Amino acid sequence: MMQPGLYHILFISAALFFIGVFGFFTRRNLITMLMSVELVLNSVNLNFIAFNKYLWPNKMDGLFFSIFVIAIAAAEAAVAIAIIINLYRSHQSIDVESTEEMKF
Amino acid sequence: MSGSTIIFYMLAALTLVSGVLAVTTRQIFRAAIFLLFSLIGIAGLYFWMQYDFVAAVQIVVYVGGITVLIIFSIFLTQQAGDLLPKPKIGRQVFSALAAFCSFALTMLQLYQHKFIGTTEEPLLPTVSNIGDRMLGLEANGFALPFEVVSVLLLAAMIGCIVIALRSKPATT
Repeated sequence: MMQPGLYHILFISAALFFIGVFGFFTRRNLITMLMSVELVLNSVNLNFIAFNKYLWPNKMDGLFFSIFVIAIAAAEAAVAIAIIINLYRSHQSIDVESTEEMKF
Repeated sequence: MSGSTIIFYMLAALTLVSGVLAVTTRQIFRAAIFLLFSLIGIAGLYFWMQYDFVAAVQIVVYVGGITVLIIFSIFLTQQAGDLLPKPKIGRQVFSALAAFCSFALTMLQLYQHKFIGTTEEPLLPTVSNIGDRMLGLEANGFALPFEVVSVLLLAAMIGCIVIALRSKPATT
C-alpha cells in the first residue's frame, strides 16, 4: 500500500459520488433519495478540500466553497423534508410512484 | 507503513462500506444510521487532512443536524419495522452498470491527468485565518457570499415553516 495522496482521496470521493448516484437511481422512497443526494454533496466537499490541501495550499478558496456547500445543503435538506412531510399528509405515502398527479 | 496510512485506509473503508450499505439496505432506519457512519468517516478524513474547522462543521451540521432531521422525518412518515419494497431487478442492474461505467471512466481520466500544484508558502487553515478571510472585504475576502448565504438560510427557514404549516380548518 502506498502513502495516501491526492489520487486516493479523489478515488474515495468519486466512489462515494457514484454510490450516491446508484442510490438515487434505485431508491423509490423520497427520504432515501434525499440520503443519496447528501452522499453526492459530501463527495463534492471532499473533492474541494483535497484540491485545496494538495494543489493550492496557499489559498483557501476550496475550504470556503465546501463551507458554503455545507450551508446550502443544510437549507436544501430542511426544505426537502418540509415538502416530504407535507406530501405525506396529503397522500399518506412518500413513494415517488404514488405521487403522479402532476405527471403529464 | 505508518500509522497515518493505516488510519487513512480505515477511514476510507468506513466511509465507502457504510455508504454502500446506506443505499442498499432495505430497512430505512438502518439506512439513516449507515449514512451517519459514512458522514462520520468523511469528517475523519477532514481531520486526517488537518482541516479541523471543516471537520467540526461537518460533524455539527451533518451528523448533528441533517441526520437527526432525517431520522425524525422517518419516524413521522414510516411504519416501524416495514421493509422498503424491493427495487425491480432490471432497474438495479442498469443503475449499477451506469454508476460503475461512469466511475471507471472518471478514474481512467483522472489517472491520465497530471495535476500541477503551486509551490508557494502554504496558508494554514487555522480558525483565525479562516475568520479573517470569511469576513474580509479585500480582494480575497468572502464577505459577500457569507451575507448571501445568510439571507438564503433565512429564506429557507421561512419557506420550511410555510410549507410544513398545517392549514387551519376554516372556522365559520
